[in-house]
Amino acid sequence: MSVTPDEALSVSPADAHEISAEAAKLSRRHFVGKVWQVIFASSTLVGIVALTTLLLNIVNSAFGYVAVENTVQPEHLAINGVPIERMPKEDLVAVLESHVSAGLMRRFENEIPWEERTREDVYNLVLERVVDPKPVAQWSLYESLFTVDAIRQEMVERYPEADLIFKSWVTPSFITSPQSSNAFNAGVRTAILGSLWTISIAIIFSFPIGVGAAIYLQEYAKDNLINRIITLNINNLAGVPSIIYGILGLALFVRLLGQVTSGAIFGYTDPMTANGRTILSAGLTLGLLILPLIIINAQEAIKAVPNSLRQASYGIGATRWQTIWHHVLPSALPGILTGTILAISRAIGETAPLVVVGASTFITFDPDGPFSKFTTLPVQIYQWTARPQDVFRNLAAGGIIVLLLMLLSMNAIAVLLRNRYSRRI
Amino acid sequence: MNLKKRRRVGESIIHGFLILSSVISIFITVGIIFELGTESMLFFTRKQWERTNKEVVQNVELASTSFFVSESGATLRAGDLIRLRDEEMRVVEIQGGLLVVERGAEGTEPIFHSEGTAIEKATQVTLLEFFGKTEWNPQIGRFGIWALVNSTLMTSLIALVVALPIGLCVAIFLSEYASQRFRSILKPILEVLAGVPTVVYGYFALTFMTPLLQAILGKNVVGIYNTASAGIVIGILIIPLVSSMSEDALSAVPNALREAAYGLGATKFETALQVVVPAAFSGIAAAFIVATSRAIGETMIVAIAAGAGPNFTFNPFEAAETMTGHIVRISGGDLSYNSLDYNSIFAIGLLLFFMTLILNIISQKIVKKFREVYQ
Repeated sequence: MSVTPDEALSVSPADAHEISAEAAKLSRRHFVGKVWQVIFASSTLVGIVALTTLLLNIVNSAFGYVAVENTVQPEHLAINGVPIERMPKEDLVAVLESHVSAGLMRRFENEIPWEERTREDVYNLVLERVVDPKPVAQWSLYESLFTVDAIRQEMVERYPEADLIFKSWVTPSFITSPQSSNAFNAGVRTAILGSLWTISIAIIFSFPIGVGAAIYLQEYAKDNLINRIITLNINNLAGVPSIIYGILGLALFVRLLGQVTSGAIFGYTDPMTANGRTILSAGLTLGLLILPLIIINAQEAIKAVPNSLRQASYGIGATRWQTIWHHVLPSALPGILTGTILAISRAIGETAPLVVVGASTFITFDPDGPFSKFTTLPVQIYQWTARPQDVFRNLAAGGIIVLLLMLLSMNAIAVLLRNRYSRRI
Repeated sequence: MNLKKRRRVGESIIHGFLILSSVISIFITVGIIFELGTESMLFFTRKQWERTNKEVVQNVELASTSFFVSESGATLRAGDLIRLRDEEMRVVEIQGGLLVVERGAEGTEPIFHSEGTAIEKATQVTLLEFFGKTEWNPQIGRFGIWALVNSTLMTSLIALVVALPIGLCVAIFLSEYASQRFRSILKPILEVLAGVPTVVYGYFALTFMTPLLQAILGKNVVGIYNTASAGIVIGILIIPLVSSMSEDALSAVPNALREAAYGLGATKFETALQVVVPAAFSGIAAAFIVATSRAIGETMIVAIAAGAGPNFTFNPFEAAETMTGHIVRISGGDLSYNSLDYNSIFAIGLLLFFMTLILNIISQKIVKKFREVYQ
């Protein structure tokens, strides 16, 4: 039976139905694909939104209006119409004398005699001890910007005595003044110094050991059982929760080696720190914590050094160590340093292990050595956050901004190092 | 010419130092297990004195080995260790209200007790109580770990519900859909998110997430401290971990597989979901498990936002202290080394250590076992 071309091209109704069903199915498949693409894309937005909200939330608390009530109004302190801003030092001392107890005056005298104090110093004492401004209410940045009228209304109704000032909780004096129970004078200097001390000790302890272990595992170790166990072990240690390191530090450095970490063994006796809860203990604990990270990062950096470099070095008669010291390490150094900086920025933010090791809840003096009590910036933020009064949340926000700036600069240095030295290989 | 290998003392010393450095990691592990283990043993063997509300109803002379006690209070059994003031006694037999005891047990000196002296009974934390009870209250000697484990599991579960789908979607988008340029913008953002200290996340949970939940669900439903907001924020914290590990696994799938799928007429989405994701399964599973372990061990967020006080509850809007939160709170004050509280930290720590260790080992095994090797 012959088929005419016309018949061959024509499509039976059943076929046509099937084809259009196929087409519908195809467009449905594409549609589902598009929908999911939108879902995938929008889930990436979650990360961006989360980060933005986090930062905005902190900035929102770190600035804003504060209602301040003075214990004594500065106008009442004026002598013969001279306000305290323009008073000479002697008059300020007199003002101080008439408002604080004799015992406190003697304490000031013992710290620094009045003759040696500057006018500025005495003026600050008057402000702090006599005028003694206290925050009675505070508003977030958002409220301060958009609901000023409501704030002023509330001021008139509830705090008629108070002054309304716009306060930034992050100021130069916030960074340079020590911890204080008065939110206005409190600062993070003690905490920053504590952070720097503990981090330095952690690096001194774990950098040589970490790099040494990486060199051994990458350059010397044969593929045998012991070395495999060591590698597996390091990977597992990197996954241990940081609080476990805190517990280990508490048992090992604070309790077992208390004589060493409190400095008693070196003849350093300070009754306040005799129990081993010192900067040294904290630093060593952080050192244990970042050791696996440094080892893993350094291993990666050493692995990336091309083998031709080693073979060339062996070829001209260098020993294994000479090869490592003169060729492998210099090439791997940028990578090792970058990894170390990342480990340090992890350590700077660590809070839990230091709380467990025994960070002090309240110290106002600067740490003066590895055997003194300590607090660090994240611990300080934690303690401020945990306090019930709202005003300390603002301080915590200020502390967080300082902490994030510290971390940001560390990471910027890491990126710079990577870009600067990675070209040479 | 002497071609013999020369001894190099300096290099041998350096070699020794390098070996020592890498062995230190073993010492750390052994140290962790040893310390946690011995202190946990103390936790389970330390005697505690519990009031029985019983008292002696007659004077107990130095030499007498039996005396009558009041009927009220907890029951005593033969073999129990009891204490009257400073003297400890072992109960030998009980005949109604008459107690037959062995005087001066555990090396204490027998002393005279007047009528009305209270009797205390020695108890120990047993493994059965530790793993079988749901109340944790050291003041009255209740040590049921489930109160803490339950809230740890709740915060972790909430975190995983948030982080796993979002993290995986981000990974698929980055690896299959995003342009090079978009990737170079998004990856640093995720890195920053992962690098923010956890105490900052804790602050975020307390000052933003909790008020947000309260605004949505009402203040009488959501407490100031609750496991839901802590869990959600932990989820945000581990999104970058899930996405970066999963993306590494997805990008490792060779292009030939994708092209083969396109050749068969699959759409981009079908290729991604039915070809690439299954091929990268081991890496994704490992990412999920590592994320779980990270969520369980997370401390500061729960310490700040989940509440202070053990509470066995399944309501995510109530305050409930987790294992890590409890450790931080207990050790935050001046902790005396000779107390059950101090020992309990180590028992909780040991359990936490094993939970995370097992998860980490499983993830490594999965990667090893199911890794697809492409030529």
